[in-house]
Amino acid sequence: MSEHIVSAFTDELEKIAADLMRMGGIVETMILDSCTAVDRNNHDMARDVITRDPEVDRLEEEVERQIVSLIARRQPMAHDLRSVFSALKTAGELERIGDLSKNIGKRTLMLDESVPVAMRHGVARMARPVSLQLHMVLDAYATGNAEAAKTVWESDDDIDQHYNSLFREMLTYMIEDPRTISAGAHMLFMAKNLERIGDHCTNIAEFIYFQITGEYLIPHERPKTPNTGI
Amino acid sequence: MDTVGPAKADLALTGEGADKTQALTYPRIDCRNVSVYYDDKQAVFDVSLAIHDRAVTALIGPSGCGKSTFLRCLNRMNDTIEGAKVTGDIFMEGENINSPDVDPVLLRSRVGMVFQKPNPFPKSIYDNIAYGPRIHGMVDSREDLDAVVEKSLRRAGLWEEVKDRLSQPGTSLSGGQQQRLCIARAIAVRPEVILMDEPCSALDPIATARIEELIDELRKRYCIVIVTHSMQQAARVSQRTAFFHLGNLVEMGDTDQIFTNPRERRTEDYITGRFG
Ligand SMILES: Nc1ncnc2c1ncn2[C@@H]1O[C@H](COP(=O)(O)OP(=O)(O)O)[C@@H](O)[C@H]1O
Ligand SMILES: [Mg+2]
Repeated sequence: MSEHIVSAFTDELEKIAADLMRMGGIVETMILDSCTAVDRNNHDMARDVITRDPEVDRLEEEVERQIVSLIARRQPMAHDLRSVFSALKTAGELERIGDLSKNIGKRTLMLDESVPVAMRHGVARMARPVSLQLHMVLDAYATGNAEAAKTVWESDDDIDQHYNSLFREMLTYMIEDPRTISAGAHMLFMAKNLERIGDHCTNIAEFIYFQITGEYLIPHERPKTPNTGI
Repeated sequence: MDTVGPAKADLALTGEGADKTQALTYPRIDCRNVSVYYDDKQAVFDVSLAIHDRAVTALIGPSGCGKSTFLRCLNRMNDTIEGAKVTGDIFMEGENINSPDVDPVLLRSRVGMVFQKPNPFPKSIYDNIAYGPRIHGMVDSREDLDAVVEKSLRRAGLWEEVKDRLSQPGTSLSGGQQQRLCIARAIAVRPEVILMDEPCSALDPIATARIEELIDELRKRYCIVIVTHSMQQAARVSQRTAFFHLGNLVEMGDTDQIFTNPRERRTEDYITGRFG
């Protein structure tokens, strides 16, 4: 896309995009690190994840403030309008992802070394595909690739499937050894958080697809395995 | 002639069913392959488009792209310009207005025009409105004429402000009031179409807002075509937008679509303020 005649307009849009990418980068490592903390029972790491969340909140506010000001002063149109709309919505989704990762960190602090390693691994295994969804959708944003955003959008069903199998796995541990029930409950929430993060990535993919193409991805056309929602 | 009533209630009656979606299904003016030349220099190139009734169509584009020239085709005002030549067909209600049988003076009573700079006649407010109905022989009595004047001023949202000073000169009004007076004058001869060429460019934001409110009210009963250099204004007042560039029609569509998702790169560059 060529430059605006008023160059400050281009600068402002670029600053918003840069802040959004920074937010995205922070929450991506929050997902991975919170799950590594679960995996290794590393409370320091969990606390570190928790301390990163205020920066995410601050960036969201910063993005919002810039967008409100830009709309008031420049009345963006067409692609510019779609990109500030999409940035505003995406910032909200990233903030939620930050919260959910923080929550995984907090729950990690409630687990001790008695929790079976196999259970920890189960949660940690799900972190990789979920953070990859976020990574790919942010890549699609950075490169303006609508098809890449659509691919992320279409693969959310894989995350849901992963969640369902993890859910069953946790139940199995809890049934086999009732002493794991308390930890298992926390881990079910962690798994649910990761599944929710996947949903947020799907939303971001929708906004980015709209930003780039001006078209809406239609939710009911998304591939979905029946009866998997828990 | 129907009786004079409060402007709003009056408009509401005929405005019924004139909602946006329905309005958009009926073209009132159908332009086919319209070109305009000033001597041997071509200013408008083979433009074909349909203009819908009971809707506002905005013509946008950079200065000199032919918006005013094209607008003037719709009431044959280019006839009055030395050296101007129009080719192509423009159908209104199935009749080709470019046909030699069409009387341009009569046509201009069906297709009124409002200009950038308010241009009231150097006459009283009353006579500014009464002039058209008088010369077109549209009224039989002084009472009829009074009624037309009041109704036109009401429709233009000016009645309350001028009803006690109808004999004062039109030029004594503020710029915004003068522009509404010109709109009232256009309405007085019962046109079907109202053309406006940058009607707010000489007005402050409040006077502009009043005109925009009026345009929105008028579209319930008229077909309106407005040339504006303000994209925000086009976005605010119109239901359809046509983008012109170097005398060509680049893109026309629903205003929402043009401003959120234009199909053409040249439209995108123009409305987002980029180097074309
Ligand atoms: N009366 C005229 N005689 C000769 N050329 C004209 C006349 N009016 C307009 N033009 C030319 O026609 C082109 C289109 O002008 P116009 O319709 O006024 O554009 P716009 O309204 O989009 O600014 C311009 O190049 C302009 O110089
Ligand atoms: Mg002009």
